[in-house]
Amino acid sequence: MKMKIEKRLVIPRYSSILVPILSVVVALVLMGIILMVFFYGRLGSLSLAFRETFDAYKEMLTWPFANKYGIFSTLMRMVPLAFVGLGLSFAYRMKIWNIGGEGQLYMGALAATWGALFLFKDVSSPLAMILLISITGAVAGGLWALIPALMKAFAKTDEIVVTLMLNYVAIFWVDYLVYGPWKDPKGYGFPGTAPFPDEAKLPTLFKGEFHVGFFVAIAFAVVLYYIYKKTRWGMNSKIVGDNAQAARYSGISIVRYTIIALVVSGAIAGLGGAIQMMGVQHRLQHGFSPGYGYTAIIVAWLAKLNPIAILLVSFLFGGLLVGNDQLQMFYKLPMALISVFQGLVLFSLLGGEAISRYRVRIVKEEAAHIE
Amino acid sequence: MNSIESFILSTLSATVRAGTPLLFAVLGTIFTERSGVMNLGLEGLMLVGAIGGFVASYQTSSLLAALLLAMLAGAVLGLIHAFFTVTLRVNQIVSGLAITMLGTGISGLWGKDYIGVIARRFEPIEIPFLSDIPYIGQVLFNHDVLVYISFALVPVMWFFIYKTRPGLTLRAVGESPDAADAKGINVFAVRYFYTVLGGSITAIGGAYLSLAYNSMWIENMTAGRGWIAIALVLFATWDPVKALIGAYLFGGITALGLRLQAVGAHISPDFLKMLPYLLTIVVLFFTSTDTLKRKVGAPASSGIPYSREERT
Repeated sequence: MKMKIEKRLVIPRYSSILVPILSVVVALVLMGIILMVFFYGRLGSLSLAFRETFDAYKEMLTWPFANKYGIFSTLMRMVPLAFVGLGLSFAYRMKIWNIGGEGQLYMGALAATWGALFLFKDVSSPLAMILLISITGAVAGGLWALIPALMKAFAKTDEIVVTLMLNYVAIFWVDYLVYGPWKDPKGYGFPGTAPFPDEAKLPTLFKGEFHVGFFVAIAFAVVLYYIYKKTRWGMNSKIVGDNAQAARYSGISIVRYTIIALVVSGAIAGLGGAIQMMGVQHRLQHGFSPGYGYTAIIVAWLAKLNPIAILLVSFLFGGLLVGNDQLQMFYKLPMALISVFQGLVLFSLLGGEAISRYRVRIVKEEAAHIE
Repeated sequence: MNSIESFILSTLSATVRAGTPLLFAVLGTIFTERSGVMNLGLEGLMLVGAIGGFVASYQTSSLLAALLLAMLAGAVLGLIHAFFTVTLRVNQIVSGLAITMLGTGISGLWGKDYIGVIARRFEPIEIPFLSDIPYIGQVLFNHDVLVYISFALVPVMWFFIYKTRPGLTLRAVGESPDAADAKGINVFAVRYFYTVLGGSITAIGGAYLSLAYNSMWIENMTAGRGWIAIALVLFATWDPVKALIGAYLFGGITALGLRLQAVGAHISPDFLKMLPYLLTIVVLFFTSTDTLKRKVGAPASSGIPYSREERT
């Protein structure tokens, strides 16, 4: 008997579901080990560190998923993740690496605030107000992504660093406004704008624990799923991503597809920013996003760019963000833990995908030398 | 010395200090990418370098230990990246992003108890005679030892890459791994070596931030410098000498922004802080077209995993 590792000709379908699930599990285990090292440093005893890690995990996994208030928090954190994740999927399908989701979210939020406090302040109908703000946010996110889009389409500028640099620019811009001209004079020196008028707040359910932006995210996921599976855009964009050469020969304009992909991607993230403002924050604040734009990269990747899967994965990651908050509060653990976890998930996923390209076969000795 | 003169000189001196972390990151990454591995994880590498160096300095008061632990931390992350990109041949962009996230997270976790504490830092050392040269002495030879190491690293790397046998091997592996393999060069070993080495040099850039530039540990203190360095590698066209120019160009913009703030210019500090990021975008635009890249000889196989089975 002999073991033989060989390359699979066809990667089995189940691996595209199994690998992401397993990679989350592996990442949780690895993070547990890192946490134990951290607690060991703090407590000085291995058994205490083990207990502490176990308790921390229990807190992190039960509160966001098994407690009524926790679940609402999870759902509310899921919404911005889902929007940015869905937006990113639109570009990633074409292998356009938009990692500027964070900046596009910020610009959407900035524009929404501009709309709510200045541009549409005389609009009295809540429905009109909400629609106008949503559109403003989406346009702002789209325009912010238009910069790397034009650069990539016409000068072949690599979009990765440009989209990332624009995140910093967007955040500083918001900082400038909330510390400067837009600062709430009644805000006791707090870096934020005045609150939104009531017409610019999304309707809520369950005593304000939950806003309707959630349903908008679901609707967007369904629409995107349809676009990806059933429309010409969906098919062509996949071809551009897989084989730009072939796409060009079949008459697809790469320039047009690149620009549209990035702009739509940014617009969906920008809409997410506007909805976050109208639904949760109700005012623009310094650092309102705990890195939704970066977490959404993992969400989109783990979901294999499938819009419905993006909803599920953003629910999971929304819960992990909530759980991380709990750990910060009760175990004095830093925010950075979520970055550790995200890095581990990505590596587990990459490793899992690499391994699933191979299979181990047991071959009998006699058979082995016939080959 | 009049006040304008001293403003210019102090800005230039600050330029060198602000440019040094970028210079280390760019030089390290030139090694990595020359071998054909693209690493987008610079931000994470610099952060673990920053915290690793800071912790070692705090615990031992030895700056040598600080430098070594920073390099070790960068080397470990470099090794992870090498394992995933060279052995498992995964998508290098995603692996780089994962390195960034892991490095950011680990440094934050590790540095939790080091916020607000003071560690021994790299103090400026005036080089005798050289620091007495008018103007130049003050700008270039009144810094700490890490700055001098970066000065030395530029010509050494240039000579190594272009004029030595191992440098030729490095370039061959990045340019045409098939040909290098056929010549009997172990492509995998070379890529591993330079990804690890590049990671540790990049990490020194982070240690410079926590032990000289800011002289403390702040979470996420690199503030995008890793990404700016990625753009600078393109700007420098994988040439250490141009890396120096690029790093100081950015150092200059940062220093000027800070100086203008200090003398009370009527520009919002938030707009001044945007400058390096905006300049990065401009730099990328002007170094981006396909033709330009081909002309200057980017490592042709950078970002493409090498597999013996799939040789063309």
